[in-house]
Amino acid sequence: MSWAWFHRFASPPYFYSLTLRLAPWLGWPAGLLIVGGLYGGLVLAPPDYQQSDAFRIVYVHAPAAWVSLMSYSLMAFAAAVGLIWRMKVAHAVAAACAPVGASITAVCLVTGMLWGQPMWGTYWAWDPRLVFELVLLFFFLGYMGLRSAIDDVSRADRASAVLAVVGVVNVPIVHFSVTWWNSLHQAPSVMRMQEAAMPASMLVPLLMSFLGFTLYFYAVMLVRARAEVLRRDRGGSWVRDVLAARGKAA
Amino acid sequence: MIREPSALHAAAQILRRDLKLAFRRPGEWLQPVAFFLIVTMLFPLALDPELSRLRQLAPGALWVAALLASILAIEFLFREDGRDGTLEQYALSGHSFAWLLLAKTAAHWLLTGLPLAIAAPLAALGLGAPAAALPGILAALLLGSVSLSLLGAIGAGLTLGIRRGGALLSLLVLPLAIPTLVFGARATQLAIQGDSLAGPLYLLAALGVFGLTLAPLAAAAAVRISLE
Repeated sequence: MSWAWFHRFASPPYFYSLTLRLAPWLGWPAGLLIVGGLYGGLVLAPPDYQQSDAFRIVYVHAPAAWVSLMSYSLMAFAAAVGLIWRMKVAHAVAAACAPVGASITAVCLVTGMLWGQPMWGTYWAWDPRLVFELVLLFFFLGYMGLRSAIDDVSRADRASAVLAVVGVVNVPIVHFSVTWWNSLHQAPSVMRMQEAAMPASMLVPLLMSFLGFTLYFYAVMLVRARAEVLRRDRGGSWVRDVLAARGKAA
Repeated sequence: MIREPSALHAAAQILRRDLKLAFRRPGEWLQPVAFFLIVTMLFPLALDPELSRLRQLAPGALWVAALLASILAIEFLFREDGRDGTLEQYALSGHSFAWLLLAKTAAHWLLTGLPLAIAAPLAALGLGAPAAALPGILAALLLGSVSLSLLGAIGAGLTLGIRRGGALLSLLVLPLAIPTLVFGARATQLAIQGDSLAGPLYLLAALGVFGLTLAPLAAAAAVRISLE
């Protein structure tokens, strides 16, 4: 098997043109899916028989929870690739994942709190899943803090990559420990989602929302990564060529 | 001709050197212990000095104080040696860098983790823990502080050479230390209640062994990056 396709990603000009072409193909479907999923979920779907309209926040909350985990895994994966193969583009991807992932983690926490107020009677409960999301947010903040504290780009890349890899090794242990910790304290009156299958009118908008959030993350992340690659190579000749070509086209 | 020292010998030399340097300035390594005792003393003053209620708070107070004290101390783990080039000599010595850093971390644990663990029963008595609980508390702190020192070594390596890296160091290390805090506080709680604390102690030991195997590698990678 040839690895040429893999090595091509390491080339900033190739990555630049690839993301330039790819971003609209991710961004527009993401926008349509999110609008469609939210309309289906917030307007068309019937109210839940137990939670009535409050359950509708799941159309934002659950996709945000999924994307926050996915973005952390992707960040650690890209950081490891950058560390092992010394691939600058991979470091740029990892750097682009962090702010997007952190804000989506914050969205997940805030929507969870808004849902908790009517359902649990309190904005915050020390539920293991809430605590775990909070810890994830701190991992993101630590990663971004370390990156911004080091002036030299290549050092910042590799130091933060070590942190991301250490973090991802620790994530399952943290998850286990907070779950175990909570099971020893008195459990909050958590209302579990019914295991019974949702009707299609609820499920289809949820799936649309999941896919839309995922595509949205990739679109925004790639735009950020492209900007990051441009910023790093701002003195490079290919950037001049690209900008000159775009200037001609405009 | 000078014989190449073995890896074990090199590590022993580093351990001896660090301990000797520290004992010349006892004020420095005693500070985290003093900090730990002061913080645990603040809890009864700020909350409620009634012993039965303090006893409930004791595990949390002890472990949060121990976590903060070890963060405070770990900032200086690599700082001096990074500044005067000693770490670069270690990196060039031909021995495994991770192994030499493990020796440094071991010296650090002897100077901060061990005194913390020894001071913990004293602080626990002040927080209303019964005398029968003290051996358990000592064991929990002994095992837990190993993980804290090892995690701290990674953070200290990453923040080496960063100006005002102290706050950043706590932001990096404290989330990683959550499992140690959870299991350690649980072990302490069981000890105070007079129950068997074998379960959380095993988990603390497992965390320690896990850290011993992987953390020196991560710390070595981090210090190497910071040295460039």
